[in-house]
Amino acid sequence: MANLSIEKLTKRFGASLAVDGLDLSVQEGELVALLGPSGCGKTTTLRMVAGFLPPTSGRVMFDHDDVTSLPAYRRSTGMVFQSYALFPHMTAAQNIGFGLEMRGLTTPTRQAKIEEALKLVRLSHLASRFPRELSGGQQQRVALARALVINPKLFLLDEPLSNLDAKLRAEVRVEIRALQQRLGLTTLLVTHDREEALTMADRLVVMDGGRVRQIGSPRELYDEPQDAFVADFVGRCNILPGRRENETQFRTESGLLLSVDTGARESKNATAFTLRPERIAIHPGAEGELSGVVKAVTYLGPQTEYHVSIGQGTFVVVRQTPAAHEPLALVRPEDVVSLQWDRKAPRLVPQTSS
Amino acid sequence: MSVRLTKRPFLGRGLMRAAVALAYLIVFAPVFTIVVTSFFSQQIVSFPPAGLTSHWYVNAWQTPEFLRGLLTSLQVALLASAIGVPIGTAAALAIVRGEFWGRNAISTFLLAPLAVPGVVAGSGLYMFYVLAEDFLDRDVKATTQGLVAAHVLLAIPWTVRLVVASLQGLERSAEEAAANLGAGPLTVFRRITLPMMRPGIVAATMFSFIQSFENLDISLLLVGPGKTTLPVAMLNYLQFRIDPTLAAVATVQILIVGVLMAVTDRFVRLSRVV
Repeated sequence: MANLSIEKLTKRFGASLAVDGLDLSVQEGELVALLGPSGCGKTTTLRMVAGFLPPTSGRVMFDHDDVTSLPAYRRSTGMVFQSYALFPHMTAAQNIGFGLEMRGLTTPTRQAKIEEALKLVRLSHLASRFPRELSGGQQQRVALARALVINPKLFLLDEPLSNLDAKLRAEVRVEIRALQQRLGLTTLLVTHDREEALTMADRLVVMDGGRVRQIGSPRELYDEPQDAFVADFVGRCNILPGRRENETQFRTESGLLLSVDTGARESKNATAFTLRPERIAIHPGAEGELSGVVKAVTYLGPQTEYHVSIGQGTFVVVRQTPAAHEPLALVRPEDVVSLQWDRKAPRLVPQTSS
Repeated sequence: MSVRLTKRPFLGRGLMRAAVALAYLIVFAPVFTIVVTSFFSQQIVSFPPAGLTSHWYVNAWQTPEFLRGLLTSLQVALLASAIGVPIGTAAALAIVRGEFWGRNAISTFLLAPLAVPGVVAGSGLYMFYVLAEDFLDRDVKATTQGLVAAHVLLAIPWTVRLVVASLQGLERSAEEAAANLGAGPLTVFRRITLPMMRPGIVAATMFSFIQSFENLDISLLLVGPGKTTLPVAMLNYLQFRIDPTLAAVATVQILIVGVLMAVTDRFVRLSRVV
């Protein structure tokens, strides 16, 4: 395994900049996720790292080797494609063996490694099946085994879970992460799914318009977003535009005063108040700091979601579903409720940072 | 209410089935008629038959024009597809994968023979061959080579069409995956691209063969004495006699094409390619 460093990487397609001066390093054994909406440049970045796309400028380094001008087949990365990209005319075992064959390994060595890889993804019993005879989840495991069996310098995952159903996705997520940590794989993951990124990655890179918005641990990005875009992209968020009134208050555009105590951490040009839905407490009745009218109550099983209108804005509040006898369980639309939060919970951020 | 809702689709399904049956009938009625009349014993085809016989098959076998025609047709069809399919495949690759100016023009140009009536193409080729003979100072127009060259023009557009279609449906990421695993461009083509194109190429070969095998109009002016293809031999026979011998020959022809399609279908599901 190697370290990956990307320096000032830029890709221009005609007049548009797909990736704009990206700097990033991935340490050995680390899983870094590139997260962003479609068209943010995350896939383009991955493809440049894999060697499928030549960058317009900038460098890609594996350890101390500059691989920028090396073709894909000389880079020794192991990639799992969104569509898995299995070879339809080869069995699972032949698919896995292809990379070993390209490395000129003898048949017995190859056979041993294929068996080991099949065991790793628990598919030994399906070695001689063709891709079309395998389920989506099994195909994905073949793709994983095929990428890992060559002992790649870098493990690349392009939206690896997007073709799986929700239940399987949660399972495979944990499985890939466990594998990655056990084998100490230096990994770059591309995804547009924030949950996937938050649960799998050591560090997250939020991208937008070809640029990095913020890099940090999942917790940093979730709790301390640098701007409203990141706050919104990394998880659900109440975002109200306005300006800071004084040390302890924020005035929204509709004139509402909201309490905050965020110390010196706030940037001076904060123009938005952000607060995660699960950080807000909700009580029946108007005896709180801020009262509003319930517009909708959505039962989600373990959690319940309340849409509360305050003046001209709406707060989304997510709470653990109250037991049937609790007063909160009786709250219905059009009831008056009060909202409260720890003053350290909100973050004041710029709408967008440049 | 619920009765109505279930009844309507039932009626619709009935109509649908009738339409499908009618379509099959229209397609297979001539084939069926030919096969049946080839066993009628009377010389002038009429219904009901006076009796059943395999005499016409014997007669066809003993007519040297038919046997020679069959062999010529098989030979020409084999050569034409053997030459036309690789050319068409290479062209299809260039059209789909290449990045150069004029790709669309080339595609249109290569498909053009499909749009030209066979007789027109045949006459044009005839005149071209006459000119070529003057220029090359050797026979072109009544030779097997000349005929094969003309039939290559049938194979190329069919191949381009089918292989382009199969290439467009082909997922590029499998090739990228192979490169990612260490395969250079040539290896990727040989080990991944070519095998994935196989259904398209097999179908193209079969269609080229059939198109050549049963072609009448282009061949008409290009065949030489004693080197006629089977369809031309049949037309010649028809000029002097009408008897079920032709139906017998046609039945054999249908059988050959039918077997070919059935065999091909075992290798690639034709319905998936065409």
